[in-house]
Amino acid sequence: MTDLTQLGVKDIRDGVAKGDFTAREVAESFNAAVAQAAALNAFIVTTPDHALAAADKVDAARASGEPLGKMAGVPIGMKDLFATHGVQTTAASHILEGFTPRYESTVSQKLWDAGAGMLGKLNLDQFAMGSSNETSYFGNVSSPWRKAGSNQPMSPGGSSGGSSSAVAARIAPAATGTDTGGSIRQPAAFTGICGIKPTYGRCSRWGIVAFASSLDQAGPMARSVEDCAIMLGAMAGFDPKDSTSLQMDVPDWEAALNSDLRGKKVGIPREYRMEGTDQAILDSWEQGKAWLKDAGAEIVDVSLPHTKYALPAYYIVAPAEASSNLARYDGVRYGLRDLPDGVGLQDMYAATRAAGFGDEVKRRILIGTYVLSAGFYDAYYTQAQKVRALVARDFERAFAECDVILAPTTPTASFPLGSMNEDPLTMYLNDVFAVPASLAGLPAMSVPATINADGLPLGLQLVGRPFDEQGVLNAGLAIQQRAGFTAKPEKWW
Amino acid sequence: MSVDKATVAKIASLARIRMDDAALERMVPELNGILQWVEQLGEVDVTGIEPMAAVIPNTLRLRDDVIDADPLTGGGRQGDVLANAPAAEHGFFGVPKVIE
Repeated sequence: MTDLTQLGVKDIRDGVAKGDFTAREVAESFNAAVAQAAALNAFIVTTPDHALAAADKVDAARASGEPLGKMAGVPIGMKDLFATHGVQTTAASHILEGFTPRYESTVSQKLWDAGAGMLGKLNLDQFAMGSSNETSYFGNVSSPWRKAGSNQPMSPGGSSGGSSSAVAARIAPAATGTDTGGSIRQPAAFTGICGIKPTYGRCSRWGIVAFASSLDQAGPMARSVEDCAIMLGAMAGFDPKDSTSLQMDVPDWEAALNSDLRGKKVGIPREYRMEGTDQAILDSWEQGKAWLKDAGAEIVDVSLPHTKYALPAYYIVAPAEASSNLARYDGVRYGLRDLPDGVGLQDMYAATRAAGFGDEVKRRILIGTYVLSAGFYDAYYTQAQKVRALVARDFERAFAECDVILAPTTPTASFPLGSMNEDPLTMYLNDVFAVPASLAGLPAMSVPATINADGLPLGLQLVGRPFDEQGVLNAGLAIQQRAGFTAKPEKWW
Repeated sequence: MSVDKATVAKIASLARIRMDDAALERMVPELNGILQWVEQLGEVDVTGIEPMAAVIPNTLRLRDDVIDADPLTGGGRQGDVLANAPAAEHGFFGVPKVIE
């Protein structure tokens, strides 16, 4: 029999529906692969029973001739930022260690309703703050990829690093991610997989541990554009419990996939040619243009003049929102409590938060508190919100001249774990190409393009108009078909 | 603008994060590095630009004015609400004494 763990979402769903194999066989194969992959540290907890129970339900439904869901029989990894009923949900933090929600996030519920099952809760950067998966309380995640001829552990990217590592290692066919400033796209690029952040509001934020509420957006991570389209269709949809949820129909993205780009214009933003970008990345960008041209698109130059200011604006807006969102962790209602002898309530808060948050989280809370404090609010926060408006306006103008934008996802390939920890700023710069689309709330995707001289994957990014996930997916598909990316990490775990 | 140790101590106290001297010392250059870097935003001409809070045009909805319109977020779930509390007593969250 074929090794079921090599299959993606579509092949599993279709194979289960046709009866080529059972959902239970799929779940058992992936549960076994997960159990053997502890060295990646991709999961914080594993939930093999959840995957089996969901699979049995699908097999029973098929046996009795009931219609099967969009994700029927597909076991997935769930980023540990989504609240899951009865399963510990930590955001990779100590402060939420042991927190066991009594409710289910909307996105995870929709996936279970569509017939998916859960292999476990995936590791991530603590509270989704990080770009290398080195800020988790539960340890670093290792990428399955290594430089040719080296044993050095490499970063899977972040914050959805458990997701990217698991999908690239084929211990999960797909996983959920969340993207606040690149946290789906950058890890996808680092590990040679696909990931799409939809338009802000497409996926409900209800039950997702909040980082920066005006930016946070969930999305799928999988090994093909088709698989992303299927899974996004199961995750998206209006939710009255999220006040920023889009009250719009969810198109059938999978059915409308079409890589014929004749009549489409692809914009190349000239400001994305930045110093410090690897030559191999610039070369893959050129290659990407040629692929899209081959698919029938016309390539046009566009300008996004405020690109260089997007990242500093993000590092005011996101920490400001985080400092407010993370005020809820106080040792009273859930999670950790540190109550030194004889202290009062205020000292309990301070001790709990000191013990429960990691360094990067503290750093961002302090920055956020500072930029929102009296006397600095206008100079920092209001100014950043105005720059955000300009970044969004740049895109609006560019989309008057093109249908989709092509850019690199990251300025470099993955780097060794531990090699970027000297200065927080160096790490932040990794998201320089990803953050502008986040600030503007636009749908954006990373698809694998090629591997570099070290044997590490490189991704290309597509950014679309608001609500035009289809345009992004279609251009992604055109690249996928031409890139023929079949490289796999060699199994060492 | 840059911050000194006293300012960082003030911010940490506002954010309710206990930090000892060594932690404060370590944080000062890190915060200053980030603050100096974000200062480039001052170069941007923002004349006439409204600060953006919501990126995708949307209107805030009102929920139906009925009790427990959504049972998940409605009332009557005291047990669920208290289930993860580090100290729950008599149906309440327990905290250290706040009034002498």
